[in-house]
Amino acid sequence: MSDTKKTTIVLFSGEYDKAMAAYIIANGAAAYDHEVTIFHTFWGLNALRKDEHVPVKKSFMEKIFGKMMPRGADKMGLSKMNYMGMGQKMIKDVMKKHNALPLPQLVEMAQEQDVKLIACTMTMDLLGLRKEELLDEIEYAGVAAYIGDSEDGNITLFI
Amino acid sequence: MESAKVLDAKGLACPMPIVKTKKAIADLNSGEVLEVHATDKGAKSDLTAWAKSGGHELLKDTEENEVLKFWIKKG
Repeated sequence: MSDTKKTTIVLFSGEYDKAMAAYIIANGAAAYDHEVTIFHTFWGLNALRKDEHVPVKKSFMEKIFGKMMPRGADKMGLSKMNYMGMGQKMIKDVMKKHNALPLPQLVEMAQEQDVKLIACTMTMDLLGLRKEELLDEIEYAGVAAYIGDSEDGNITLFI
Repeated sequence: MESAKVLDAKGLACPMPIVKTKKAIADLNSGEVLEVHATDKGAKSDLTAWAKSGGHELLKDTEENEVLKFWIKKG
């Protein structure tokens, strides 16, 4: 349909709160019947990581990167007041109290609502992330795919 | 007012009320009315904007005991 509106989001950040904002907007836009794309690049790729260890061949540097970055959406820290992870635990408690969906469920719901999740392959290479380590049923692309989705889009955000 | 369906979205936080409303209204026929109950304080602005954009009609909304109720006619 040509009159379908489009929302595209670049998720660059790897923090729990910022990723949450991106995924809430994505789910909201999907409820508006928009065609929604989230393009994950740099630290945002960690939102797509599986939470278990996936054995893949990596260089020394890539292994270090893999260890230092959060393995999956649930392990991301806050952008403010993280206090070595204490802040993240506190906000999760508060979210439970207010019935706000945790980030992993927001990601799941986005997939259910056919939000297109794209992993940027260039930054995957830089950070040493392999397809096997990322969620199933996502797409792999570069800047051209993002521009392609955005150029006739209605909303575009960089988070 | 006769509602074809009632959606209980009480206690749910953004963006759930709108996501659930979208799913619920998909099952209705055009002209039928969906009744939504919510407690999220943003629900009024959210549902009003959402209904307008989707071509639905917000017939009525009430608030009692902190429960917001909406009647949306599917467009």
